[in-house]
Amino acid sequence: MTPVLEASGIEVERGGRVVASAERVALDEGETLALLGPNGAGKTSLVLALATLIPARGEIRHRGAVVADLVAFRRRTAVVFQRPLLLDRSVIDNAALGLEIRGAPTRDRRARAAAALERFGVAHLADRPAVALSGGEAQRVSLARAFAVDPEVLFLDEPFGALDAPTRAAVIADLARALREARVATVLVTHDRDEALTLADRVAVMIGGRVRQVGGTEAVFGTPVDAEIAEFVGVENVLPSRVESVTEERTVLRVGQRLVEAAAMPPEGEDAPLVLIAPDAVVIAQAAAFGSSARNSFAGRVGAVEPIGRQVRLVVDCGFRLVAHVTRQSAREMRFAPGDEVVASFKATSVHLIRRHRA
Amino acid sequence: MELLLQGLAGALAKIATLDPDVLEAASASLVVSGTATLLSVVAGIPLGAALGLGRFRGRGLVLSLTNTGMGLPPVVVGLFVVIFLWRSGAFGQLDWYCTRQAMIIAQFILAFPTVVGLTAVAMQGLDPMLRVQVTALGATPLQTTWILVREAKLLILTAVMAGFGAVISEIGASLMVGCNIKGDTRILTTAIVLEVGKGEFATAFALAFILLALIFAVNGVTTWAQQRRRPL
Repeated sequence: MTPVLEASGIEVERGGRVVASAERVALDEGETLALLGPNGAGKTSLVLALATLIPARGEIRHRGAVVADLVAFRRRTAVVFQRPLLLDRSVIDNAALGLEIRGAPTRDRRARAAAALERFGVAHLADRPAVALSGGEAQRVSLARAFAVDPEVLFLDEPFGALDAPTRAAVIADLARALREARVATVLVTHDRDEALTLADRVAVMIGGRVRQVGGTEAVFGTPVDAEIAEFVGVENVLPSRVESVTEERTVLRVGQRLVEAAAMPPEGEDAPLVLIAPDAVVIAQAAAFGSSARNSFAGRVGAVEPIGRQVRLVVDCGFRLVAHVTRQSAREMRFAPGDEVVASFKATSVHLIRRHRA
Repeated sequence: MELLLQGLAGALAKIATLDPDVLEAASASLVVSGTATLLSVVAGIPLGAALGLGRFRGRGLVLSLTNTGMGLPPVVVGLFVVIFLWRSGAFGQLDWYCTRQAMIIAQFILAFPTVVGLTAVAMQGLDPMLRVQVTALGATPLQTTWILVREAKLLILTAVMAGFGAVISEIGASLMVGCNIKGDTRILTTAIVLEVGKGEFATAFALAFILLALIFAVNGVTTWAQQRRRPL
């Protein structure tokens, strides 16, 4: 199947330096690709280049045809930025702006804009001046403006970045529904893993201006290809190891003073891989109450207990430094405190092995 | 003080009785300054928008010239216009010296840089991302410029009013190129000078009141337009 959007050899240069590059980005009908990366990774530059809004080297194809007429291409796409960027007009006139630009008849324009506003729950604000809206309302209007033109490709550049947490959650839910209904090919720029997990089918991780890993959301989050990506996607346990033995069923590795079992095979020819263990995959129990079937169970001592959002981060010294995330409720019930004797355990299938040095 | 009160009383009488000389000067002022402002709007807003939004070679020089033009002394403008329209001047064959056309040209030269400069400032004051957003919606460069000009309309209106204010109250250039001919090129400002010279303070006051009322009315409309859609 020909991708709706296909970009190859993209390079965005600023001040003589390449700030964003991607060998190939392809987007199928109805698919959402999250461009995920830390601040300054070049995500916005790449998405602006894909939307033909900034100059870039490389080739962009729309349904197989090289994009030559930029205005014609942009009239098949829509972009939503972090700020709503509404004009000093009524809400409905803002929602209809793309249709006005594309020369849609006035009646059709208003009907489609009204339907898009309805989709994002702001139809009741249609006649209000846009300057009188709250941040959340304004961003909903901005999304409605994008959906009103029925785009073939939608570019979303951190559209929830300026919203407070409850508004953000509500707008994400509305957008997720709209994306499912409209089945529009979408590129979502975000530095938020939860947004990517909620909205994206695939993830492209950008670090240092380059797309470093592209794949299904679960695959990228579960099996990052290098330590930097692992850390960014939340795999805090990136541990140096040495292979002790390898059988068809398991790999035994020395990590610090301990032997760790992994269900995975080490990368070919690598005898000192990095061991990745997601903090969510680690179970912590008070030493006295311990009982686990996990092959990897290690007695240790709690070094730090740090609340992070809805979870608590425990740092345990069990012959190597291991980070675990537990729910606040578990942490409260187990009364974890620094110095506690605990047992940390994780399954062999939760251990992922990657090369120590990036290929 | 007595002179002032006498002048005010006489002025009110002339306004109340619709004195033809006063009305003529007021009407000539509106026609000349209105036309000059209109022409400067037609030519100045596109240039100002281009300077505010565009990035092209020579832009800095044009902006500097525009800013310099905003401070042009009217008598210097009048002098150059006279030289060009003098019988032996480059455009002497037009025979426009001592006509309203000559006054419109002089006032256009005075208003144009103000309209251009303040329009450029208005466009530069817009959020740069707004332009990216409009472009992203598929607008051509011309559509983008038109949408952004509309977005900056209140500031551009200020530019227009500043241009009008600069020429409606100007005297040096109009006096030099229009020759202050009664019933034709005599406008409010030149008439005030003439009446003061004659010691006719009542007429001078009447003209001055009308001039102030015109300026107030224009600025009042601008202020109303600027404030009416601003939320708290």
